[in-house]
Amino acid sequence: MTRRGLEAGDERWPPGLADLDQLGGPSGVRSLWVEGELPALPGVAVVGSRQATVAGLEAARRIGADLGRRGVTVVSGFATGVDGAAHRGCLGAGGQTVAVLGCGLAVDYPRSHSRLRTEVSVRGAVVSEYTAWDAPRAWHFPHRNRIIAALSRAVVVVEAGEKSGALSTARWAADLGREVLAVPGSILGPAHQGSNRLLRDGARPYLDVSDLSDLFPECVTPPVSNRRRKGALPRDPDPRLVVGGGSHASRLLTLIEAEPVHRELVAQALSLDPAELAVLLGELELEGHVRSLPGGLVARARW
Amino acid sequence: MVATAISCAVQGLSGVPVTVEVDVANGLPAFTIVGLTDRAIQEARERVRAAVRNAGFDFPQRRVTVNLAPAEVPKEGSGFDLAIALALLRTERELPLDGVACIGELALDGGVRGVIGVLPMARQLLASGFRQLIVPLENAAEAALVEGIGVVGVESLGVAVAHLEGRLRLEPAAPPQMGQGTPRDGVNLSAIHGQHLAKRALEIAAAGRHNLLMLGPPGAGKTMLARAMAGLLPDLAWDEALEVAALYSLLGRLGDRPPTSLRPPFRAPHHSVSRAGLVGGGTGLAQPGEVSLSHRGVLFLDEVCEFSRAHLEALRQPLEERRVGVTRVRGTVTFPADFVLVAAANPCPCGRLGQREGPACLCPEDAVIRYQARLSGPMRDRIDMMVDVPRLDGEALFGSRAEESTATVRERVAGARARQAQRADGTGVAANALLDGEQLVAVCRLDARARDLLTTAGERWRLSARGYHRVLRVSRTIADLAGEETVGRRAVLEAFQLRGQSE
Repeated sequence: MTRRGLEAGDERWPPGLADLDQLGGPSGVRSLWVEGELPALPGVAVVGSRQATVAGLEAARRIGADLGRRGVTVVSGFATGVDGAAHRGCLGAGGQTVAVLGCGLAVDYPRSHSRLRTEVSVRGAVVSEYTAWDAPRAWHFPHRNRIIAALSRAVVVVEAGEKSGALSTARWAADLGREVLAVPGSILGPAHQGSNRLLRDGARPYLDVSDLSDLFPECVTPPVSNRRRKGALPRDPDPRLVVGGGSHASRLLTLIEAEPVHRELVAQALSLDPAELAVLLGELELEGHVRSLPGGLVARARW
Repeated sequence: MVATAISCAVQGLSGVPVTVEVDVANGLPAFTIVGLTDRAIQEARERVRAAVRNAGFDFPQRRVTVNLAPAEVPKEGSGFDLAIALALLRTERELPLDGVACIGELALDGGVRGVIGVLPMARQLLASGFRQLIVPLENAAEAALVEGIGVVGVESLGVAVAHLEGRLRLEPAAPPQMGQGTPRDGVNLSAIHGQHLAKRALEIAAAGRHNLLMLGPPGAGKTMLARAMAGLLPDLAWDEALEVAALYSLLGRLGDRPPTSLRPPFRAPHHSVSRAGLVGGGTGLAQPGEVSLSHRGVLFLDEVCEFSRAHLEALRQPLEERRVGVTRVRGTVTFPADFVLVAAANPCPCGRLGQREGPACLCPEDAVIRYQARLSGPMRDRIDMMVDVPRLDGEALFGSRAEESTATVRERVAGARARQAQRADGTGVAANALLDGEQLVAVCRLDARARDLLTTAGERWRLSARGYHRVLRVSRTIADLAGEETVGRRAVLEAFQLRGQSE
């Protein structure tokens, strides 16, 4: 993999980085190491907690995919959790992505992302302001967040706890005049305290990709009409609907939404024989309609 | 003057008949026992001396030497007392002991107390050609389970002598009725509401003897499900039940499980169990561990990720060879350990991963991976199926669906077993879970659509060779449950859903 250094003033120097100079102080970036080819910038930063929930990872993956599919570059910090899911979602949809590291390009960090690393640098770029063998230091990460913000036109915070590093990305973005969006989350646990507070402080809620349409015209169409199920899961469905025939598959699909749901609950809602359910889910998964998630959960893969 | 009597030493489930030789010679009064004995046998001198006297016989005031032959076989326990006393008495009087073996511990007053391991001894003695056996009264029923050997239970040394001299006629102990006694662990499947996916997995696991991993948060009912699993296994054959009873007899644990029970055993050791307690061991000659107590039944390991690596590693041999060899200072013994493993684990350290209600899982991704990786290697290779068990509450627990009873499902399982047994005449492999390599390919005949599916799905879900074999084995069982000769697309699809997410 070729690595090259870029200097400010180079014709390929990403335009947004110059904005950092206007903040004054030591925040400017003079040079950048790049692995792969920088895609079209500015893009959209998708960031969040490293300790994300299953739903958070799924949301990040979805946002990454929705943007990638529309040709919008996804910028993120290559950390475990939300960052990784956003990169993966984008790549999975055939999009291009930029990973901004908190260490030198020669350092394999985080280890669990070794394979993702290759894919990102083949279909996008991995960048760092640190020299090749610089180790990942704790203070590097909040610092590299200014680059993530600078390379983007908007920052979407998916899931951030009270002290998440993603909040520093949001702050940099606000200072640079970038749009800040946050995915609304539960008020019950600690997982969304940071991102929800951003909403209170004036960040825009991110509900689907059309929330970015004022910045990226390609995002005008929402991913799908949001089909809402009526009420709770039907408790006592007509048995004729669920015995034999291909119509179960469609019935199953109305129950399984993007929010992950446990197979057992699906089986109960439909009074479906477990063997039958396994066969149906297998077919739907093969056709790419549903995805199996850890913990026995299933979710819609696409709408 | 030399006289002999026969007793038995056990080594694992087998044993060796032991000839007790007693020599009474002139000299200063002394009483010695030789022949690779343990402490309990050395103490037999005091018991025998007192018992002989208190039963009304004379203890010779001469030099008494006892040899337990063969001398190179290590011997343990108090079961030789009776044979030593009878051989000693034989030096003075006529006692017809030819072809008769005796087992029992003596009390100081001349009574005969029960000992452990009588059942395996009786089996060994029968195999060595003995047709008559004198045992403590409390072990008589147990020994009488062995067909072909006449068992007489005695409560005291005096009664034994009277019986042998023909002064007292003791009736041979009647063999107890097999099939009596139900296991206490039984949970009826119909008592568990919901969890239909897990129940289906149990059914498949029971039908093909597949090892199963249940992942789910605390309180999901994994333990209940595992207990119900034992109820799904078909009754044991008579000789199988006898083998199981012999293992319990070795530990003196027949009180836990009636020897006449035909139900497969269920064992659920806690993760604080010692390694010896799990796979067998102990001081002196090895004793069977939990893996052998669950022989032909279910071994349930709750919180399997909490078991130490060494413990899980020790399960490798029994899982692969269906038996376990335990080496101690005094020798190596092998115990059968052919169990179905049902393991349960939390999906992550906090146990909340994938839960829909309540606080979300906050475990870092890599912590989850590390946690689940504790089950890696030899264990996971041997676990064919994985099922996620959610925690259900309220409404979900009281669905309108009628719950199937254990008996109904057990019938289907028995049908699938019968189909496997038929094939076993050709392959020699009794259960689908044991199929491997060429046999697996030969037995799992797929129809064309199933083969297509396996290729596409294998690519899509990046199946390893091992994962491929697991899916094949499980799909064979699913087809057996459905009564199908060839494995169809549906069976393969369902097997895929049970393969577990992490390869």
